[in-house]
Amino acid sequence: MSHLSAKQVQGFVTQNAIYIVLVLLIAGIAIYDPNFLSITTLRDILMQSSTRAIIALGAAFVLITGGTDLSAGRVVGLTAVISASMLQSQDYPRRFFPDLPDLPLLIPILIAIAAGLLVGLINGIIVSRFSVPPFIATLGMMVIVYGFNSIYFDMEPNQSQPIAGLRSDFNQLGTGYIGPSGPYSIPYIVIIAIMVAFIVWVIFNKTRLGKNMYAIGGNMQAATVSGINVAFNLMIIYAIAGALYGLGGVLEAARTGGATNNYGNMYELDAIAACVVGGVSTSGGIGTVPGVLAGVLIFGVINYGLTFIGVNPYWQLIIKGLIIVAAVAFDIRKYLAKK
Amino acid sequence: MDQHAFLLEMNHIHKEFPGVKALDDVTLKVRPGTVHALMGENGAGKSTLMKCLFGIYRPDAGEIVLNKEQVTMSSSKDALAHGISMIHQELHPVPFRNVMENIWLGRFPVKRIGPFPFVDEKKMLSDTEKLFADLGMDLNPHAVVRDLSVSKVQSLEIAKAVSYQSKVIIMDEPTSSLTGNEVEQLFAIIRELKSRGVAIIYISHKMEEILRIADDVTIMRDGKLIGTWRATELTTDLIISRMVGRDLTQRFPSRSNTPREPILKVEGLTSPFPQSFQHVAFELRKGEILGIGGLVGAQRTELIEALFGLRAVSAGKVLINGKEVRIKSPKDAKKYKMALLTEERRVTGIIPVLSILENTVIANLSSYQTPFLLLNERKCRADVSRSIEMLRVKTPSMKALIKNLSGGNQQKVLLARWLLTDPDILLLDEPTRGVDVGAKYEIYTIIAELASQGKGIIMISSEMPELLGMSDRIMVMCEGRLSGFLSGPAATEEEIMRLATKHLA
Repeated sequence: MSHLSAKQVQGFVTQNAIYIVLVLLIAGIAIYDPNFLSITTLRDILMQSSTRAIIALGAAFVLITGGTDLSAGRVVGLTAVISASMLQSQDYPRRFFPDLPDLPLLIPILIAIAAGLLVGLINGIIVSRFSVPPFIATLGMMVIVYGFNSIYFDMEPNQSQPIAGLRSDFNQLGTGYIGPSGPYSIPYIVIIAIMVAFIVWVIFNKTRLGKNMYAIGGNMQAATVSGINVAFNLMIIYAIAGALYGLGGVLEAARTGGATNNYGNMYELDAIAACVVGGVSTSGGIGTVPGVLAGVLIFGVINYGLTFIGVNPYWQLIIKGLIIVAAVAFDIRKYLAKK
Repeated sequence: MDQHAFLLEMNHIHKEFPGVKALDDVTLKVRPGTVHALMGENGAGKSTLMKCLFGIYRPDAGEIVLNKEQVTMSSSKDALAHGISMIHQELHPVPFRNVMENIWLGRFPVKRIGPFPFVDEKKMLSDTEKLFADLGMDLNPHAVVRDLSVSKVQSLEIAKAVSYQSKVIIMDEPTSSLTGNEVEQLFAIIRELKSRGVAIIYISHKMEEILRIADDVTIMRDGKLIGTWRATELTTDLIISRMVGRDLTQRFPSRSNTPREPILKVEGLTSPFPQSFQHVAFELRKGEILGIGGLVGAQRTELIEALFGLRAVSAGKVLINGKEVRIKSPKDAKKYKMALLTEERRVTGIIPVLSILENTVIANLSSYQTPFLLLNERKCRADVSRSIEMLRVKTPSMKALIKNLSGGNQQKVLLARWLLTDPDILLLDEPTRGVDVGAKYEIYTIIAELASQGKGIIMISSEMPELLGMSDRIMVMCEGRLSGFLSGPAATEEEIMRLATKHLA
């Protein structure tokens, strides 16, 4: 180990750039204000990153196939509104469905996730059966979903009032935790995000669907001539992505205790940014779950940490933008070396 | 031949693409346990026919009969299910995945854990190892395909095609980048497959390979069937004359160019990447056609793209008219009056959505610029119309989109593009690839004419007859290194081949 060549070091840095950046970022903020290093900080960052991680993992599915999904944010909004509208407490005066009895918690959640899955499935059909470029297909879907959500949100008697007064069991899902109260408790949504990340990791690495996904993104022709049903796989992948956005939307509503039709606006861009910073290639075929999680955490640390040390929020935007561009410029060097 | 003896029949296949009759009533009958060579020039329709068989294209008319049963191939999946596999001419690996995943793509072995199917990596690994052992191949199942050499990737594709246990295996140029030993290995595999009753449809341009390994030979020309013969009835000359439809002597125009003083001198040119070109030195004269021969992976394209400023160079000198020059970009190259016709016409040549007019003037816009930064359209049109006439581009109008032209006419437009810049040195990378026979001859005529005007021409070609028929001298490369020079008129295919494989293990 004492004789690491410059090349090996360079190789290590290039291959693990994303994790090194994350550590440096935390170190930098901690040097500025040592109070940053605390269990409370960690817990807060993980909590804020949980729904974003789930949405980003959904986006990663689509990006790895070489596609893109602009509808993610609006699907989050749709499913937040759907789940919230069915999970208000009986004593709240302005209920979305005044006469709706208390449903088992799982039913509205599953309905909302199914709505996300349906939108994703339609995206997949448009992309794979009608050969509409994913950027356009999901751009259209983004607008359509917002339209439908706004119509639903504007129905009598709600008339575009923010949906609030959520049932405490639903609220608990987003804000509750396991263990003693205080910094050492583990929030449910963090547990959910970890479980989702694990399942997605298994799908990516251990299933035919995952391997097909990498092959489709890496070389679609190769996948086709190897007898893979590319269209079918794409439909499933877009549908899974939609379902994950759906879960993200449900948890956003539960976490914040309400929903409006503008929930999730622009989340798709955050998700795509986290993915590319985490090493997912927008031209397809490349990307890992740990990378995506690291990408999400980098933005979590920036959001939380820079606010923590009092950086002007507008400067925070500029820093975020620079990180997105710099990360990809650096990451792409891994693959460009050929010329 | 006995009607019942055929394993596969493709009867009266027709296929038309916009403007081109790619297949015109082609019939192919293959006996089990034989190697059936499918021959014809580029553009004769061999690959199209095979793509119809493999479900990539759907024929407009005709029937496919497999084991006396009529079948329809609507996708590659169908073809594979019917026991037909294919080694593709353009290799199709998934670059960032490993060898075994590439082999079992589309049919990963699965083990169930509870209700969930997971890919069985262990079985995949042992199946892969067994496959490689059976085939005598030395490939690491875990290697990432992107890091493999072209010949290893080709071996991988061969192993993959064999692993389907198909009744019919289509091999489209399977040896294009294999070394001598690997070719022998492939032939051993083929003999083994034959003994198991597998039929192999074998596409290759290498005559001696065909005559060695093939049982039957079907020859096509311009999308039509010329005929099927037993290989024993054929000779190289017979095959060629049937492929070309006229005698060899007429394939190339007579040339009147005479090489004069040197215009370009290259000394010790070396790429920063060790697998690419190393220490290449040569000289090009005015009025000379210098052919560059070699196998896929010989780094010929890399070399001339480096000359044109498209690729990095770590050592060596380039002299033009005796003066050392540094060419760091195509802009520099143009300044020194060089022009490059790239290998991949569709990818790096034409701009498909623009017209012939726009495609022609794009490299020369500065000379049409008026003082107010506007373009002198009249001059553009005049120049383009002159070029179209001179190069005999067949098109209704210069406003036609270039993507609607045939390959040969696209190539002429690209030549016109560069001729407008009045180059002294032309770098032509596979100038007749994907060009039909008639247009080929016209392109040869243009090249010969340019040489007799005193331009220096470097022509990369993977077609031996073209190299031999067009070059004054032939420079042969192997694995990035120069392996020798031959005199164009006196060289033989065997000599080129020997030099092209000189440095291969």
